[in-house]
Amino acid sequence: MFIQLSKKWPAVSWLLSLLLFLPLLAIVWQSFGNDQDVFAQLWQTVLPDYLLNTLLVVIGVATLSMVIGVPIAWLVAMCQFPLRRFYVWGMLLPLAMPSYVVAFVYTDLLEYAGPIQSTLREFFGWSSAQDYAFFDVRTLSGATVMLALVLYPYVYLLARTAFLEQSQSLVQSARMLGCSPWQSFWRISLPLARPAIAIAVALVAMESLADFAVVHYFAVPTLTTAVYDTWLGYGSLAAAARLSALMLAVLFVLISIERLGRKKQRHYQRGSGQETIVRHQLTGTKAILASVFCGGIFMAGFGVPFISLIDMAIAYFDESFNSQFFEYSVNSLLLASGVAVICLIIAIVLGFYKRLAATKASELAPKLASTGYALPGTVLAIGVLIPLSIFDHGINGVIESMGFNGPGLLLSGTVFAIVAGYVVRFSAIAIGSVESSLNKVSPSIDMVSVTLGTSPLKMLFKVHFPLIKKGCFAGALLVFIESMKELPAALLLRPFNYETLATYVYQFVSDEQLEHGALAAIVIVVVGLIPLLFLNRSLEQSH
Amino acid sequence: MTQLTISNLSSQYDGKAVIKDLSLMLASNEIVALLGPSGCGKTTLLRTIAGLQPISHGEIKMGEQLISTPANSLASEKRNIGMIFQDYALFPHLNVAKNIAFGLNRFSKDKQNNIVKEMLALVKLASYEERYPHELSGGQQQRVAIARALAYKPQLMLLDEPFSNIDSQSRGEIMQEMRQILKEQGVPAVFVTHSKDEAFVFADKIAIFNAGKIEQIDQGSVLYAKPSSAYVANFMGKTNYVAIDSINQTSVTTCFGDLPFNGQHILESHTVVMLRPEQILLDEQSAHKFKVIQCSFAGSHWVYRVQAVADSSVFVEVHSHLMLAEQQIIGLSVTPHQLVTFKI
Repeated sequence: MFIQLSKKWPAVSWLLSLLLFLPLLAIVWQSFGNDQDVFAQLWQTVLPDYLLNTLLVVIGVATLSMVIGVPIAWLVAMCQFPLRRFYVWGMLLPLAMPSYVVAFVYTDLLEYAGPIQSTLREFFGWSSAQDYAFFDVRTLSGATVMLALVLYPYVYLLARTAFLEQSQSLVQSARMLGCSPWQSFWRISLPLARPAIAIAVALVAMESLADFAVVHYFAVPTLTTAVYDTWLGYGSLAAAARLSALMLAVLFVLISIERLGRKKQRHYQRGSGQETIVRHQLTGTKAILASVFCGGIFMAGFGVPFISLIDMAIAYFDESFNSQFFEYSVNSLLLASGVAVICLIIAIVLGFYKRLAATKASELAPKLASTGYALPGTVLAIGVLIPLSIFDHGINGVIESMGFNGPGLLLSGTVFAIVAGYVVRFSAIAIGSVESSLNKVSPSIDMVSVTLGTSPLKMLFKVHFPLIKKGCFAGALLVFIESMKELPAALLLRPFNYETLATYVYQFVSDEQLEHGALAAIVIVVVGLIPLLFLNRSLEQSH
Repeated sequence: MTQLTISNLSSQYDGKAVIKDLSLMLASNEIVALLGPSGCGKTTLLRTIAGLQPISHGEIKMGEQLISTPANSLASEKRNIGMIFQDYALFPHLNVAKNIAFGLNRFSKDKQNNIVKEMLALVKLASYEERYPHELSGGQQQRVAIARALAYKPQLMLLDEPFSNIDSQSRGEIMQEMRQILKEQGVPAVFVTHSKDEAFVFADKIAIFNAGKIEQIDQGSVLYAKPSSAYVANFMGKTNYVAIDSINQTSVTTCFGDLPFNGQHILESHTVVMLRPEQILLDEQSAHKFKVIQCSFAGSHWVYRVQAVADSSVFVEVHSHLMLAEQQIIGLSVTPHQLVTFKI
C-alpha cells in the first residue's frame, strides 16, 4: 500500500530513528578514540578475569534457567497436578522481583549471623564457622543462582507456549506409531520446543550479561561492573566504550542465536493453540513431587524475598515512610510517565511512516530506533553520555570563547540525560506494541478511508488511533513499568542528588540496610506485577 | 473375517455423551466411511478406536483381542493401528525418511532403510527422502503420512478427514491412489469425512452418523436409492418429498397420479414418497402439468424447479438434459422404481 504523506513526516521519522540509533554508533566510534592506554592496562591486568567471570555467569545462568524452566513449563502445560492453575501464572512472578533484592534477602538469610546458620549451629551444637562448611552466597556461583531464580520465567514462558502450541496430532501420531508418553516427550515435544527454548535462553543470557546490580553487590567483577568503574573511577569514556564494544560482540552472538530460533520456530509451532489439551493426570508421589518442585522454585524466586520485604517494611515502617520515600517515588513516577509519553509519540510517528510509506527504507527506520533495547543499561548509558558530553563541551566552548561563563553540563548533567537514556532503551517496547496493533488493522481500512476523501493525517486521528488505542496504552504502560525498574542506566545517568526508587533501594542494598528501603522495593515489585497480570490474562484467553 | 468389532459403545467428551450405544463391524480388507455433519461424533469414534479417548460403556475388539472397555484400555502405542490426521501430523523437525522410519525402532538401520525405500516407492516419492515436511505440497505431505503409517504395518488404518486440505483438482486422483494402496496392502480402514462424494469414491461401505449413532450403514448406491430415513436421504443427495394422497392396493396416489409398487409393504402412517430429481422425467404425454419457475445450469445437466399447475402449493426439483424456459408448461411423469416412503 502506498499513501502519500506530507514530506515532513518521513523527515521527522528518520531524524528520530537516527537519534535513537546514535548511542550505538557513538560507542563504536568512541571505542576507536584515545583512552590514554586505560583499556590496554586493563587488558594486561584484570580484564581477562572479568571476561571469564562474565562468560561463567552468562553460561551458568542460561543453563540453570533452562534446567528450572523447561521441566516446569512441561509440567504446567502437559500435566495435571495439585495447584497447577496457580502455577500457570505464579511461576511468572519472580520476573517482577529485582535481582538485587533477591540477592540481598538470601545474603541476609544465609550469612553467618542469619537465621539459617544460627538454627543449624544450635541444632547440631556447632560453635563457630570452623565446625562446618556452608554455601557462601556472595560468590560467582551465588550470583548465578540469584539471577537464574528471577530469569528462569523467560524459559518457562516461551517453552510453555511452545509445548501448548505444538499440534496435538503430532504427539498422538507418535503414540500411534508405538511411542510411550515419555518417549514421545523426548522424540517429539522436546525437539519441537528447542527453537523456543533457544530464544528464551538467548534472552536470559542477554539479561545476565546486562546484569549490574547483583554482580556489583556480590563484588564479582564482570564486564558491566568494569564499564561502570572505568567511567566513574577513571573517567575514561573511550575505555568504557571499548569495554562496551566487547559486550556488544557477545550480544551479537546471542541475538544471532535468537534470530535463528525464531526462523525455525515458524515451522515447528504451527498448531492453532485452540485445541483442547488432554493433560496427563499425575497421581500419588509424582503429583506431590511436581507440585513441590514448582512450589519450591516459586517460593525461592518470589515467596521468600517478598515475605522478607513485607516483614522488613512492617518492622521499619516509621523509618522508611518518610519524605525521601515520597520524593523519590514522585521522581520515579514523573520520570517513568514522561518517558512513556515520549516513547509512545515516537512509536506512533514511526508506526505510521512504516505503514503508509511501505518502502524498504520505512521498514528500516523503526528497526534502527529499536536497537537500544538490546543494549545493557551500563553500555547504553555510555552510548548516551558520549554525544551528550560532546554537545555540552561544544556549547560551553563557544559561549566561553565569547567571554561569558559557560552554562555547565546542560544535557549530560541534568535530568535530560536520564530521560534520553530511558527513551533510547525503551522506545522499542512502544514501537513493537504500536506496530503489532497497527498490523491488526486491515489495509483495506486505509484504502477505504482514502478513497472516501480523508487526508492521511485525518485518517490517523479518526480511524487508526481509535483502533490502536489499546495497543498504545499497553505499550506506554510497559515502558512506564520498565522505567520504574531500570537501575544501571539510572546509576550512571542521574544528575547529582537525584534518586529514583530503584537507585534508592539499591543504595540501601549496597549499604546492607534494605530494611529502610523495603517499602520502596515493594512499590517496585508491585508495579512490576502489573504487566504479568496482563500477560496472564492473554495466556488464559489463548489457552 | 472380522477385523474390528465395536459393541454398544458410548463415550463422553466434556461430560456430554458424544457416542451413544453404537455398534459397528469391519471385515478385514474393508474400507468403511463414517459420514455425517461436523459435531456428530464421528471423529470421537475414531479416537476411541485409537485409544486416544476413553469410553464409558461397551467394548472394542481388534480381531479376537479386547482393546477397550470402560475399565481397561490398551495404550495407543500398543494397538498397532495407523492413523492419518487431518493436518497429516508430519514431524516438522524430521525429514521424510526419518518421519517414515519413526515407528521402526525395533528394526536394524539397514532394514529401516529398506522399508523407507519400499514405502517411498509405493507412494511415488522415491527421491524425496531428504526433504523436510514444510518443503512438500499438501498432497505430498499426505503421501508421506500414509507411507509412515503403512511402514508400521498396522492391522487397521484410521483416517480423519484426510482429503479436506487437498485442492479439489487433485483430490479425486489422490483418493483413488490411496484406496488402491490400502487395498494392495490389505489394510482395512475407517475413514471420517463430511463429504458424501469422498465417501462414495473411497469407501466400500458408508456409515451415516447422526448425533452419536449410526443411522444406516451400507454401500453408497444402496444408501442413495433406499435410505432408511429422511436424514439419510437428504445426506445422500437432492430429494423431493411428494405428499401421498392415498395408499391403495398396488399403488400410492400423488400429484403425479398413481405410482405403482410391487410387493413392498408400505406403512399406513407414511405420508410422503421420496423422489430423486432424476427419477422425474419430462413427458409430453403426461396429464400432470407443471410450470418451470427457476432454471439453473449444473454442468452435466440442468436443474429445474417446477410448480404443479393443478396444486400451486407443490414444488419439485427436476434434472434434465433439455433446455427449458422459465414459465414454460411441461408434462412430468415418474420412472417406475422401488418406491421409498417416509412419515414426515
